[in-house]
Amino acid sequence: MKNLTKRFGHLSVLDRINLQIHDNEFIGLLGPSGSGKTTLLRILAGLELADDGAVEIGGRDSRTLSLEERRIGFVFQHYALFNHMTVFQNVAFGLQVKPRHARKSASAIKQRVRELLALVQLKAFEDRFPVQLSGGQRQRVALARTLAIEPKVLLLDEPFGALDAKVRVELRRSLREIHDTAGLTTVFVTHDQEEALDLADRVAIMNRGIIEQVGTPLEVYDAPKSPFIFDFLGHTNSFDCVVRGGKAYVGENELPLDKTIRDGPAVAFVRPHDVLLAPTDGPQGKTGTRLPGTARVRFISALGQRATTELLYERRLIEAEMTRQSLQDLELRVGSKCKISLRHARVYARQEVEEQTRVAERAAVRPRKRRRLRDRLPTLR
Amino acid sequence: MARASDATTDLGRVPALSESRGVRAVLIAVAAGFFLLFLLLPLLVVFVEALRQGLYAYWAGLTEPETLAAMRLTLLTAIVVVPINTLFGIAAAWAVTKFNFAGKNLLITLIDVPFSVSPVIGGMVFVLLFGLPGLLGPWLAAHDIKIIFAVPGVIIATLFVTSPFVARELIPLMQKQGTDQEEAALMLGANGLQTFLRITLPNIKWGLLYGVLLCNGRAIGEFGAVAVVSGHIMGLTNTMPLHVEVLYNDFNFVAAFAVASLLVMMAFATLVLKTALEARAAWKYPTLP
Repeated sequence: MKNLTKRFGHLSVLDRINLQIHDNEFIGLLGPSGSGKTTLLRILAGLELADDGAVEIGGRDSRTLSLEERRIGFVFQHYALFNHMTVFQNVAFGLQVKPRHARKSASAIKQRVRELLALVQLKAFEDRFPVQLSGGQRQRVALARTLAIEPKVLLLDEPFGALDAKVRVELRRSLREIHDTAGLTTVFVTHDQEEALDLADRVAIMNRGIIEQVGTPLEVYDAPKSPFIFDFLGHTNSFDCVVRGGKAYVGENELPLDKTIRDGPAVAFVRPHDVLLAPTDGPQGKTGTRLPGTARVRFISALGQRATTELLYERRLIEAEMTRQSLQDLELRVGSKCKISLRHARVYARQEVEEQTRVAERAAVRPRKRRRLRDRLPTLR
Repeated sequence: MARASDATTDLGRVPALSESRGVRAVLIAVAAGFFLLFLLLPLLVVFVEALRQGLYAYWAGLTEPETLAAMRLTLLTAIVVVPINTLFGIAAAWAVTKFNFAGKNLLITLIDVPFSVSPVIGGMVFVLLFGLPGLLGPWLAAHDIKIIFAVPGVIIATLFVTSPFVARELIPLMQKQGTDQEEAALMLGANGLQTFLRITLPNIKWGLLYGVLLCNGRAIGEFGAVAVVSGHIMGLTNTMPLHVEVLYNDFNFVAAFAVASLLVMMAFATLVLKTALEARAAWKYPTLP
């Protein structure tokens, strides 16, 4: 399968999607619920039809290709295993329904099924029923079943959604290995950005029916084109700033801009680990852009190697992340004040931020509760 | 009121969440009483009355030529009606759950119509359609086709009355199961027929069986619709339930109860079959999906 071009005009769910997927690529479709990513995957598979536009596989329109020629394997979100068949029968299914002339002999099928089960490490389970398996085991059966028909393209719909964290990580690795050794082209859909960024060669971020950005995980994480993407990929701290004459200013200090933004109100998005804290009376930090004023520490969480601090700055909540050692060096307590510097920020126009995200809402401090009468009159019990 | 946690029975302490002994006894008595009075007693009476004059009279009642004809007609009706309605039920359930089409909700409502309408009406509509005073009456008479007051009428009326059973069992079942497995089968290269035979059918097996048994039971026992349509022609258009009424009205009680007992035994056999098959299913799949 060569390059895949896609054009759609299905306005409500998918809006004029254009995407090229290369041979042997492992690409992730990442986005929140309702972004259209599963619909896109299903149209690719042929399970649904687009209202407009076309899918091309190897230069030919996919609608002209028969199922055999397409060589697509699909792994469903809830596995869709055949509950009334054993694991062996599930995996053998694709081989058994082939037309007479293409079908292998029963013994050849048996051998192939056993090979596949060994590949996904389920050799001892061949006579079990899906209802007797754990989630991770079921997922591996679904994978083996799909690989039985020797697809060229593997499509996975939120494959690890229902599994616990440890199993998820193991299966991720296996999937990547299988992809690499079998020389497949893999497209998978997920809403878990950690998974997508970990596994994929390229990631396509989708939102409300359009693809916002396509790039390698590094590109997308370091240089997100829109506030939505920044916010989706991790915790976001927002700081108000202003763009004047092509430069961004927070207070009196300049923030470096990597693309031109129109003059006007803007917002700087910063990751927790790029928020640097310094004591109020100490020497000025060398790195980053200093923010005016001070912040007060509201909450500290220090588990393991990393420490997270929640701070109140200009009536907004800020989250800063640092090593535990750094926290200890700063000698910060709840209630103490400190100064903030921003190491690396991405600036977006204020309007864009408000349209796409709810960062401001989330950072708003909750109003204080009215104290009860009883608390204010301690003599009354 | 005595606290449940205080109660002790032969089995030891009663868990705190159950009702007190008094309440439980009353509930069980009511349920058992209802069961005995309205279900068990009437069925027992059927057999008692049937055998009142001994086995010979019982046998004679069963083997009268008109009775045998009634049995043949009932059997014929069941053999024709049940497969047709099973196919219809599968097709309707398939269409409703797997596809989206205009008029889908209308179809679902229509399927329930024979269920909600009185069986007598079910028979009457066919008289009004196929009978002499009816819509198609003159045309049928001209071509010498007898439907009303003949066997075809009986079959058609039974078909109408038993049509919802299989569909009503299958539709919620298939809706609950969704289309995932079928889609998976298609993606693995199975064609429509293979998918249906190897994936859909095994999944709806038990619902289908239950629907078929219900359909069968009603087809054998239907009275109202068939009564209107058949004309009670002895030896020709009498089904077993109709024949029971005829015998009873002729004061031939033993024969009437004998045929009735046969109907009870057929129902009982159906129930036993259903329970046996369900038990086998539970044994085969350790926990039902």
